[in-house]
Amino acid sequence: MRYDNPLAAVGHTPLVLLPRLSPSADVRVWAKLEDRNPTGSIKDRPALHMIEQAEKDGVLTPGRTILEPTSGNTGISLAMAARLKGYRIVCVMPENTSEERRQLLAMWGAEIISSPAAGGSNTAVRVAKEIAAENPDWVMLYQYGNAANTGAHYATTGPEIYEDLPSVTHFVAGLGTTGTLMGAGRYLRERSPGVKIVAAEPRYDDLVYGLRNLDEGFVPELYDASVLTTRYSVGSEDAVVRTRELLSEEGIFAGISSGAALHAALGVGRRAVREGESADIVFVVADGGWKYLSTGIYTAATTEEAVAALQGQLWA
Amino acid sequence: MAIQVRIPTILRTYTDGEKTVEGSGATIEELFADLETRHGGIRERLVDGGSLRRFVNVYLNDEDVRFLDGISTKLSDGDTVTILPAVAGGSAAAARPAHRASGTRGTHGMSSTRRTR
Repeated sequence: MRYDNPLAAVGHTPLVLLPRLSPSADVRVWAKLEDRNPTGSIKDRPALHMIEQAEKDGVLTPGRTILEPTSGNTGISLAMAARLKGYRIVCVMPENTSEERRQLLAMWGAEIISSPAAGGSNTAVRVAKEIAAENPDWVMLYQYGNAANTGAHYATTGPEIYEDLPSVTHFVAGLGTTGTLMGAGRYLRERSPGVKIVAAEPRYDDLVYGLRNLDEGFVPELYDASVLTTRYSVGSEDAVVRTRELLSEEGIFAGISSGAALHAALGVGRRAVREGESADIVFVVADGGWKYLSTGIYTAATTEEAVAALQGQLWA
Repeated sequence: MAIQVRIPTILRTYTDGEKTVEGSGATIEELFADLETRHGGIRERLVDGGSLRRFVNVYLNDEDVRFLDGISTKLSDGDTVTILPAVAGGSAAAARPAHRASGTRGTHGMSSTRRTR
């Protein structure tokens, strides 16, 4: 494939059958390899779309500064696009995210403001909103509430899957900003009303949740529960086990959230086998394993060691 | 009918610090009522006016009960119920959530949106 510039190479990622991990010949599991985007994650799609929409709307003009709360991938994607397009970018990121993410952001010229580990992304969002209020000339694209995030997946991820696999019966992806599930999910349902849209939500250990208050919380503005068929909570252990299986069985080196999505995909796959149905289950490999190498989960001798290595860390 | 219930850190004041407690009931609603008899005050933190509180997520064997039958979801012996706080996106962490006054309201809140397929 030939493209006119690096940003034009976003999307059109491979959809590959996983013959060893598929439960049966009639219940097939397919991986959408989003690590094959220019900066190595699915976030290139919404990042580019949000920037170009803001340019069209006249909100983002030469010389402006982009501000974004991010746990990594969106910031990395925005930073790359900002560098090529000549914007300054400031990212607000929880301090308990991996060193790889910080280096990648710095590499593309992003300035990083660390938000306290306590509260994780919730706190990063709050801090970013405070900074935005103090700097009214900065442009916060705000991936959690920006319709162009969902729009990117409606315009690209969904159509690509449907074109490659019109028989798709299930679409499974991680639940973060909810953009992937809302956008691709809406598109697929329009084309194939019976398709099941399944969310895999990361469930961390107690160290990460800590004393989160149940009376307040955060639900991304983009979230619309009516798009989802169901939603699974996937614990760190299951996510790690599946991430390692993806590597050992199919040779795919993926990030940990992809293991969580695979776990949910195999869960719905088992159900299909039990009910004697055939299925084409697509799940999203949101990024490669590179940014999580320092966790040690890929080389740990046992699953137990790998899970222990992940204690207290954000992996999605 | 024994149901394992995983309790989040913030609610362990009601369970003497226990991470997992046992309960019984044919539905989530009955289970919470049963928990209330031994862990007074916990029910009110989970349920408000006959439905789950907005930022409380409850999972039956890892599946979100809002996509099953909410608090009327039926339970079977040996099930595991997990209670968790709602978190920001895929990567949330400890302690304090975003301040709602700063605008992180979820206009499409999970608890207010019941599946109507």
